[in-house]
Order: sequence, then C-alpha cells, then structure tokens
Amino acid sequence: MNKLPALLVLEDGLVFRGYSFGKNGETSGEVVFNTSLTGYQEILTDPSYFGQIVVMTYPLIGNYGVNSEDNESDKVFAQGLIVREYSELASNWRSNKSLGQYLSENNIVGISDIDTRKLVRHIRSQGAMRGIISSKTTDSNILLEQIKNIPKMLGQELATKVSCKSPYTWPKSNLSSGISNLPHIVAYDFGIKHNILRSLELEHFKLTVVPALTNVDEVKQLNPDGIFLSNGPGDPEPLKEAATTIRKLADLYPIFGICLGHQLLALAFGAKTYKLKFGHRGANQPVKNLLTNKIEITAHNHGFSVEIDSLPNELEMTHLNLNDNTLEGMQHRYLPIFSVQYHPEAAPGPHDASYLFQKFSSLLSKQNRLVLSK
Amino acid sequence: MPKRTDIKKILIIGSGPIIIGQACEFDYSGTQACKALKQEGFEVVLVNSNPATIMTDPEFSDRTYIEPLTVETLAKVIEKERPQALLPTVGGQTALNLAVALSEQGILEKYQVELIGAKLSAIHIAEDRKLFKQAMDEIGLPMPKAAFVKTLDQALAATEEIGYPAIIRPSFTLGGSGGGIAYNTEEFVQIAATGLSLSPIHEILVEESIIGWKEYELEVMRDLADNVVIVCSIENFDPLGVHTGDSITVAPIQTLTDREYQEMRDAAIKIIRKVGVETGGSNIQFAVSPKDGQLRIIEMNPRVSRSSALASKATGFPIAKIAAKLALGYTLDEIPNDITKKTPACFEPTIDYVVVKIPKWAFEKFPATKTNLGTQMKSVGEIMAIGRTFKEALLKGIRSLELGKSWDIDQSTDEDELRRHIANPNWLRLAYLREALDRGWTIDLLHELTGIDIWFLDQLNEIAKMQLELKKHKLETLSCELFFNAKQMGFSDRRLAILLGCLEKEVRARRLELNIKPVYKRVDTCAGEFESFTPYLYSTYEEECEANPTNEKKIMILGSGPNRIGQGIEFDYCCSHASFALRSIGYETIMVNCNPETVSTDYDTSSRLYFEPVTFEDVMHIVDVEKPTGVIVQLGGQTPLNLALELLEAGVPIIGTSPESIDLAEDRERFGTLLKELNILQPASGMATSVDEAIKVASKIGYPVLVRPSYVLGGRAMMIVYDQNALAHYMDNALKASLGAVLIDSFLESAIEIDVDALCDGETTVIAGIQEHIEEAGIHSGDSSCIMPASIPSQELEVMRDYTRKLAKALKVVGLMNIQFAIKSGKVYVLEVNPRASRTVPFVSKATGVPIAKIASLLMVGRKLAEFNLAPELEVKRCQVKTPVFPFAKFPGVDPVLGPEMRSTGEVMGIADNFGAAYLKAQYGAGNRLPSSGKVFISVNNDHKDAVIDIARRLQDLGFKIIATRGTRDSLLKAGIDTEFVFKVEEGRPNIVDQIKSKKISLVINTPLGKHSFYDERAIRSAATQYSVPCITTITGAKAVVSAIEALQKEPLNVGYLQEYHQNPNYIFGTQN
Repeated sequence: MNKLPALLVLEDGLVFRGYSFGKNGETSGEVVFNTSLTGYQEILTDPSYFGQIVVMTYPLIGNYGVNSEDNESDKVFAQGLIVREYSELASNWRSNKSLGQYLSENNIVGISDIDTRKLVRHIRSQGAMRGIISSKTTDSNILLEQIKNIPKMLGQELATKVSCKSPYTWPKSNLSSGISNLPHIVAYDFGIKHNILRSLELEHFKLTVVPALTNVDEVKQLNPDGIFLSNGPGDPEPLKEAATTIRKLADLYPIFGICLGHQLLALAFGAKTYKLKFGHRGANQPVKNLLTNKIEITAHNHGFSVEIDSLPNELEMTHLNLNDNTLEGMQHRYLPIFSVQYHPEAAPGPHDASYLFQKFSSLLSKQNRLVLSK
Repeated sequence: MPKRTDIKKILIIGSGPIIIGQACEFDYSGTQACKALKQEGFEVVLVNSNPATIMTDPEFSDRTYIEPLTVETLAKVIEKERPQALLPTVGGQTALNLAVALSEQGILEKYQVELIGAKLSAIHIAEDRKLFKQAMDEIGLPMPKAAFVKTLDQALAATEEIGYPAIIRPSFTLGGSGGGIAYNTEEFVQIAATGLSLSPIHEILVEESIIGWKEYELEVMRDLADNVVIVCSIENFDPLGVHTGDSITVAPIQTLTDREYQEMRDAAIKIIRKVGVETGGSNIQFAVSPKDGQLRIIEMNPRVSRSSALASKATGFPIAKIAAKLALGYTLDEIPNDITKKTPACFEPTIDYVVVKIPKWAFEKFPATKTNLGTQMKSVGEIMAIGRTFKEALLKGIRSLELGKSWDIDQSTDEDELRRHIANPNWLRLAYLREALDRGWTIDLLHELTGIDIWFLDQLNEIAKMQLELKKHKLETLSCELFFNAKQMGFSDRRLAILLGCLEKEVRARRLELNIKPVYKRVDTCAGEFESFTPYLYSTYEEECEANPTNEKKIMILGSGPNRIGQGIEFDYCCSHASFALRSIGYETIMVNCNPETVSTDYDTSSRLYFEPVTFEDVMHIVDVEKPTGVIVQLGGQTPLNLALELLEAGVPIIGTSPESIDLAEDRERFGTLLKELNILQPASGMATSVDEAIKVASKIGYPVLVRPSYVLGGRAMMIVYDQNALAHYMDNALKASLGAVLIDSFLESAIEIDVDALCDGETTVIAGIQEHIEEAGIHSGDSSCIMPASIPSQELEVMRDYTRKLAKALKVVGLMNIQFAIKSGKVYVLEVNPRASRTVPFVSKATGVPIAKIASLLMVGRKLAEFNLAPELEVKRCQVKTPVFPFAKFPGVDPVLGPEMRSTGEVMGIADNFGAAYLKAQYGAGNRLPSSGKVFISVNNDHKDAVIDIARRLQDLGFKIIATRGTRDSLLKAGIDTEFVFKVEEGRPNIVDQIKSKKISLVINTPLGKHSFYDERAIRSAATQYSVPCITTITGAKAVVSAIEALQKEPLNVGYLQEYHQNPNYIFGTQN
C-alpha cells in the first residue's frame, strides 16, 4: 500500500485528497463526468476529451485492464482520470496491460480514492469547471492559484489541435487496393473516433480523412460522393472558418455530421450553440427519433448543444433528448444533409443508433440515382 | 401510446406459497403490479393462496381470492369475474404455468380473456427449450449442445455426442428441481431418472457442460412500440454450474469490456424480440468463455423473476411496476422515473456503487442432505448489500447473513480437505476461500480450483491482506488512517474487535472518538446525473452525506433480514404494515432491512429506506443520523429482537413492549416465576449446561422431554427425547456446538396445541385469533396446520383468554403478543409467550379481516385499542385453515416426518364454510393433490393402532381400498376393516416402496415409531415425496385429510373473495400510499 498522495483542486476551491495512479505528476483541464459503466479505454482515447479531466461515476475502474483493440485514436486525449477505486489487477482474456501501466506509458495522471459521487454532484449543481490533479504538492492553495491560468472551455477552439495534419485514407490499404467503385467519403477530422471510421467502412465506403480546415477546393479535388463531419473537442463557435466551408459544401454533397460536426453544421446554417451546464457524457441517454417515434438508448459526449429555437426553417429537428429535451438530431428539409449530437458509433455505448450509418449510405445511393437520372 | 381502454378488469395470478426457487420476490412484484393497475383505474382480480403476502391484502385489489392456485379454481374465478385480460408475468413460474394450462384447456378462449404482458406463443418459445433453441438458431445466437429425451435410453444415447460432464435439466420444473451435473454414467443414470420422473411431461434436457464459464444475466424491458432497454447487468461470482439462485451475484458486470457487454446487450435485444415478449421484463442468462470470450445463451425467463426483483432494488428501477404499466399499453417514455421525477423510465439505469447478493441456505435444518451446490437451487433466502466498492458490499453482505459461528472454518482443516471444499461449490465456499487466502494460497491456484474470476479472488485477497495488517495492531495503536481504511473496506466493528483482540463496544467508542463515521449515499438510477427525490440510502465511508434527515416525527422499523426457515415473509408483512399504518397517520417511516426480495425494501413502502444490514452497528449509525422519535423492534422476528437490549442500553427510543419484557418472556427462570405468581400452569421444566445436570433435570420432570438450546429460531436443534441415553447424546452434541444452556421441558404427548395472537395497548387486550393446531404438540407450530375458529370446549377457551389477558398485562405488552398453549386432559398449559409479532399475524389478519400488525404499530405510538372499535375477541366467520409447505422434494434423502424442528418454507390458506372443504383447499394450495379414490397405505406405531381404526373405516366408507403392513393390518382386520397385506421393505418383494413407485398407492398414512426411526419408514416417506403421493405422518393430520376427502367427494368447491367475507373491513388506515 505504498500509494503516493495526490490532490484534486477545483476552481471554486473544493479540494479532494486521494492517491496518485498512472503517471505521478500534475495535470489540468475541465473536469467532467461520464456515467458509462464500461468503456474507460475508449473514453480516454476519444479526442473529444482533449482538454478535459474525466471522472468516471462508476467507482471500480481498471477491472478488465486495457487491450490493443479498443482504442478510439492513436493516443490518450483525456488530460487526466479520476476514479473512486482503481484495480491494478486486470482480468479479461483480451487485456494486455493494466490501466495504470497504460496511463503511465501515455503520461496520463490519475487520482483514485476520492469521493467521486460528491465530485459528480458538485459538478452537476455548479457546472463543469476547471481543475488540477497533482501528486507534486500537498498544498491546495498553490494549485488553486495555478487554475486561474487554465483556459476556460467556453470559447476554446480545440478541434484543430487534435485534427490530423494531412489527409489519409481509411482503411489505409483501401484506395490503393483498386476497389474504386465504392462511394468515396471525405471525412473531416475534428477529432474523429476510430469507430466512426470503422462504422463507415462497414457501409462499404472508401474514406479520405482530411484536416479540420480543409477548404472547398481541396475537397472538390478529392471528388467525393459525400462528406462526413466528425466529433471533436472544444467550443464549436470559434470554428467559423470550418462552418463557412461546410455551408458551401452543403450545396454540393450529401453530408452526415456527428457531435461537433453536427454543431458546426448547425452554425453553418445560422443556428446557435451554447454550453450545457455539465454536458451529457454516458451510455444511457434516451433519444427519441421524431421521424419514427422510436427511442434509442445512446452514447453521448458533449458539453455544447444546438439551440432548438435558433434552427432556421430549412433545418428540421429529428431527434430529441428525453431527459432534458435538448436537440439531438436534425436534417435539412431540401438537401441530403443530416446530423446527430450523439454517437451512433457508440464505443463505448449501445448500438441502437447504428442505423444512421446505413441511412447515410442509402442517402448517397439515392443521391447517385438522382444524379444519374438527371 | 395511451393506455388501453378496451380492458376494464384484469386478473393477476400470484405465485402461491413460499418455496425454494419462488419466494417473496413475487409478493414484491405482484404488489407493485396490483398497485400500478389500480392506480390506472383498472379493476383488479387477484388469486393467490398465500395469506402472508401484502398483495393479498384486500386494499391492493378489488377482488382478492385466497384460493388454491389450480386450473380448476382459476377457471371458476374467471367464470365468476369475467376479466378481459390476464397478467401472467408477475406470479413466477407458477402463474406462467397456470396461464399456459388455462390457455391450452380453452378456458381463456371460452371466456375471451386476453393474455397481456406475454402471449402464449412467447411463453412457449421461452419455456420450451426446443423451440427456444430453434429461435436462437434462427437469429444466429449459439446455445450449448443439447438433446431433449423422454427415456433413460435416449438420454444415454445423447451423452455419446455430448460427453461428460453433462448437465441434466428436467423440463418445466421450478428452480431447476431434479436437475444436476453428472460426471460419469452412474451419476448420469441416477440424476436423469429423477429428472424424468419430476418433469411433469417426463422429459429432460441433456446438455453440454460449460461448467466453469463466466455467467451473466441481463434484465430487459420492452414496450409495445418495440422500445427495449436493459435495466441491469449482473455477473455471477460463481462460474456456471451453480444455479444462479445459489450464486453470489454482483451488479453491474465487473470483468467485461464495453465491447463484450454491448455484444451481450445486442443479443438480449434480439432475443426478446425474437421470442416475442411484447411488454414487460425478461431475464436472459449468458455464459462467456473465460479463455476467448465465446458467448452462449443459457435461457430466458419471459416474466419478472428473482433476478428482476434484485435488479429493481439494485438500480431503483421498479421493473414489475413498469412491466404492469407497459402491459396496459403505455410506452416507456410515457412513464416517469419515480426517483428523478423529471426524466422518463425510458433509459438504462447507471449506478455508482456495487451491489452484491448472497444467498442464505438452511442446510442445518436438513442434516441428511448434501451441502454442495449445483444446478438445483437450495437456498431459502438472500441478502443484498450496497457499497462503493465490491469489498465493502461483500463484507456488508456477509454480516447481513447473520451467520454467527457457522461461518467459522475449523483452522485445523488439512490442506487436502480444504482443497476439496474449495473445488466443490458449497454454501461455505466464501469462508473456505478466506481460510485458503489466510494460508497464503495463490489466486492462480484458487482460480484453477474454482473457476472464479481472478478479479473476484484478488478482491478477496485484498480483504485477507487487510486482515493480516490489522492483526498486527491493538486498538490503541491502530492509526486513524488504517482504522478508516478498514471501515471503508467494509469491516464491521465486531470483526475488527476479533482482529484487534478487544470488545466491539471498545472499537465503537474509539472509532467515534476518532470521528470515523459512515455517510449515506442515494440510490438514484443515474449515478448522480440528476437530482434524486427518493431517499433510498446506503452507507459508506466517504466525505459527503446525502441523508438529509427531516425534522418530522418519525418511526424507524427494523426489518427481519434474509428469509430463512422460521423467519420469513410473515415478519416482512408486519414491518410493511407498520410502515403503511404509521405513514397514513402522518409519521415519517424509516425502514432498515437488507432483503432484496421483500415489499419492505421497496422504496415506495416507507418514507425513507436504508438498505443496510440489520446489526447493532449499522442500526446505530442510522439512529445517530435520523434521530427517530421511536424505533420498532417487535415486528421483524428474532433479527431486530436480538438487538433490542443493546439498542436500549445505547439510549435508542424503542417503542411498544419494552425490551425488558421481551427478555423476561425469553428468560425461563424469571418467566417461570411470573407464571407461578399468576397461577398459570406450564410444563415442568429446567435448564442444564452439562450432561449430568440434564439427566438430573429430566429424571425429575419425567420422560419424554423436549430439549432445545435457549434463544433459537424456528425450533432449531429442538428434539423430543425419550430416554437417558438419547438425552446424553443430545447434550454432548449441544455442548460441542457451544449452543449454550439447554432447556428441558416436560413433553406433553398427544396434547392439543393452540396459538393465540393478541393485541394489547398496555391496559386493554383484544384476542385477535385462537388457532387450533391440527398436528398435536411436539410438531413445531410453524409446521402444523391450524384452524380458526378452534373447536375446543368453551371452558378451555375461557381459560386461555384469561391467561392471555393476564400475561399481556403482566408483561405490559404494547403491540402484539403470541402465546402457545397446550391442552392435555382438560388442563391448559402455557408453552411459550412471545410479546412480539408472530408468524401467524398475516393468517389471523386475513381470517378476521382486521389488520392486527397495523393496529399494533399504532398502539406503539400511543393510540388506544378503544379507538379501533374492536370486539374483545375478533370474530371469525367461516372455517379458515393454514397449512405449511415443505421443501422435501429439494432435499432427496431427507425424511419428511414432522417434528419439533421447523422445516416448512411457506404457507397457504384455505377458506370455506366447513372444515373439510377449507382443509381441502389448503391441501390443494400446498400442492397436495388428495385423491378421491384409490388405495391408502396405512402403517402406524402401536400408540396409534386404535386411533387409526376410525380413520381407516371412514376411508373405506369413502370407497378407498386399505393396504397395510403386518401389524397395522392385523389390528384393522380385527376391527372388521377389509385390509390388503403388503411387505415391508426388508420383508420381500413387491414391497410397499415398489407399490408406491409403480403408482398403485394414492395416499400414505405413516406415523413414526416413537423413539426409533427405521430405515423402512424413511424409505416409504421418501418414495412418497418423490412420487408426489400425499404422505401424512400424524394421526390428527390423517383425520383432517379424511374430512377433506369427504368434502372432495361431496360437492365442487366454491370460490370466494376477501372483500365479500369482510364486508366492513377495518382497514380504513394505512392503505397504499
């Protein structure tokens, strides 16, 4: 039991004392909670958590270790991890290392043995806020001073920081393998999760993943059949350039957007976004599909949302969150464009909304038929 | 979708008596369903034979039929009531089977009754393994290799492909009855033969063993719009091979990644759609290979279940209530989440704690049976514990079981024996694992031996390591940090006292000095994401406390813990009643209990629910936080009573009869003195702590004597001893087991036994019920049938009334009191006085129409009996019979003869105009199909030879043939009764056991031969149990059965409902909230 003491300090002065796990050291970011019972590996590697420290509401984390298959990107993007109890022993046939070892290797600081429910309830009532985890000092005042230097999430543009620097294809072998008659999708990487790419691949698309600020001409040169707008971290508002590009692309191609991609699409058409008090992060959110009246249990990870009242006439709300009546999906009334706020690719989370990838696929083939018939 | 308007009246079938595999979880779910349907404005007709249920309280339905659960009865109820719909999914397997039978016999069609919740086709697919397998094949989900067979030859042929070990599962039996695992042909033949005979359609499934795979369960809900949610995921601590009812289970799943969990979730959704369960909850069981994650579907229950009750309590999502609403046509998004108020029920609960369920077994009651665990469920109850870590929940769970010393493993157990105990699942497995870890056995070795996941074993090892660390310290030297860590891990003060070598109260004092106290967190369905409006709480050692106690006047009710033989649903009934009644007059009620199956632990029952172990330490913490106006200890059976004096000493305001009075009644010596003062007779008695002393006492009293340890439940270790040798033997064992002092009473042979329940407000007494036992004294009162009104001379009744009033006054009873009397040769003796709620309270309440536990709770807060306008003795109309139900079929080899040790698990009630009909209904309710013709086998001991003549003659007059062994036949022939001869087991073939097995006998009357129990009679009784031939082991029981058969031949049985029996019901207060 040689655990190193660590501190978690929030910007409003609340202090938690626990123990360090993963890498010893210091980290900071916006503290947010995720209510998923499983999926910490996917969450840690989801680029949308860039700039954030994640607290898992489920108290026992690490039980099934980490494996080589469940990463959502090539590295850990969360700034830190907060858990009630960390299990060094990992038990699962796919596991190849413990969570602590994985975090150490990725230089991620974690803190365990704190009253995470108190922390979650605090965030719920006070809103998501900045915080620091440190095993370097036991003086919370020093850390409280440092928090003032952490940028606030509102107004922060983070997508370009996690986006790829140059285009690449997915799967890497696909374009060169000569299968050229598959529909070609240009996927904007604002922080794209691998399972989105896998899900699109399952629909028999060939994919070119492009950086966040790729312009219309560059897209045209790739001659896509459709555009995908990915999830990603940060406030959509400062990404004006991307929104402008998207508006232009909207007249040219079918578009499917998820999460930040959905918010940017809304901004492109003149709707407004706002910051939620503490966001939706979890795998149990009920979303009603207003077109079919069916309910989907869905994976969520967003701190911002699109204002329902700000939707222009040409955009129609298609999905509604039943917990708080926020907007979860929309489509264009005239153009082949739709988007959802939540995560049909799950990982982690239920697969209830995976039909949306098929919808994109059928939208494209319909579009192709339209083009052919012209 | 809005609710259906084409249905007005709905029939609900309950699950009947408490039996192993089907316990009070179905009262919990049935009560929820009744409440939900009534709230929606439907007329509810309920049929259930179990009077000890909340659901059969008259206010929960419009028509409550306490009638046997048979197709005939239900057909009559349907004919009379003409409901438009039948909800078959909340009464366990019993209700489902009856619904299928009603449907197949055309009764539902004839009266145009629609099955809601699950249609017949869905029930068929889910229940019939062949159809289920086919359905799974069609959706591409794998099941273990298996074959259905109808004969032993076919079964053996099947093993050629399937191999050993093979699992045998009889079709359509409860709780896996008659199933097992065979490792070789010999075992296989034995189990397969039993299985074939127990299956109502004589069919078994022989299945590929995937023993050692990880076992999981998902609780799934679906609505008519085809929305599906998973309410809860459960991982079994014990790998496949142990019935899930006998497994320690953990929610949520601990050792699967999201990818694997989602694969299982997808499968569950596919399955519920494929099977076609339209609305409501289902339980689906999965197996996962620990080596490569291969998935197998084990089975599905298309109804609420034991697991769904657990899942409801574990998550705060009331599955049965919502299932009932979905059956009415609502969709999940139209039903609000009770706990958050603002969000809908259409979501998947997420939790921020760990839930552990541990079964409770009663093997000590059945010494002849094996204590190993397999595919047939053997536990009689369970506890649930909530903690923020697995370790904390597990340790809280262990102390909730009230195991006492039976939990201590002999430390001298050698390695080989320990290894054997660990490798073969048994009820003390956790204790053996603890011992092995203490001895330094590695997790890998233990995993190899048990198949238990290394994560769980590692958790146990962390507990073991903490114990080692703690043992290095003394209380004074224990650091605050280590002390806190130990408490946070879940260690009780009592356990710490043992480890630190001091007293529990010293640990508590020191701990409070260091300010180490628990906080309370809420079960809120959403891991804190939304505000919770329902105070459903559990303790843990962290920073923030969410108890937020109010300043209202409040009463705390201590529950009865896990169900066990001798302390079951009846006490939960009383606790729930107290809560209903006190709430109705404006008190806030606080329930403390740890039994997930019950109504008392429904978050709806009390104003506040603390899901906590019922121990001194845990109760005191809640008292400290809540500061209740009063605490009730007399309704929850022995569990809270055992804490009473300690709580009183700690300054807890116990209301009702004082703990001193309760203690006085239990203290033989002081109580004897009191009886003498009051001039009340009791059987001569004494107490002994050594063999010599016992012999001295017994010879003074005279044999036979009744011996038992002091302070026991349900007649545990109670025996009738006929001579000195047997007494010495008993004492020897009692001393070895450190049972403490032994009580020795004169045994009144052939006396009539009477139970009297009474209400007293400290001054006035109301006699609530005088119940005459059908079985004579010497049979445990819980195992005896009883009847109201009693058919006893009025003179003796008057003596009993007088004694009752005197005793109530002398003990200053405020609340309930139960007295057991014996009448012999016109003299009335007091056997026992319990100034507290007894097992008979629900029966008396149903028989009289007066809810005596509710009234008792109001007396405890100062109300007077005069306010209730009751007669000095409650009136009983009609004939009311209570009959116990036994688990003998689950314990092969156990002699079903009745005795002073209680072994019944539940009870049923029969109500009719005459005794015969009421007793017949009770027998039907208990599953004893009395014959109307055929051959009766009679074999009785010499004392009964005369008494049985009249019985035989009446049976002969009723058209039965009599068959008997030599002695009995001779005496019957002498009396002029035509009697056929049959060999005893040792005498020749075909003997009586052969006759039973070849189904030539329709009734067995066999009384044990006094002090000796012969192999012969055991074989007869066991065979009768196995072949479902009613077996009567007392003369008085036989007389009652003859009356019942007379009634059976005379006219068809009528059905009636409580609301017509009790026209002006005295339940104006404390109805559902």
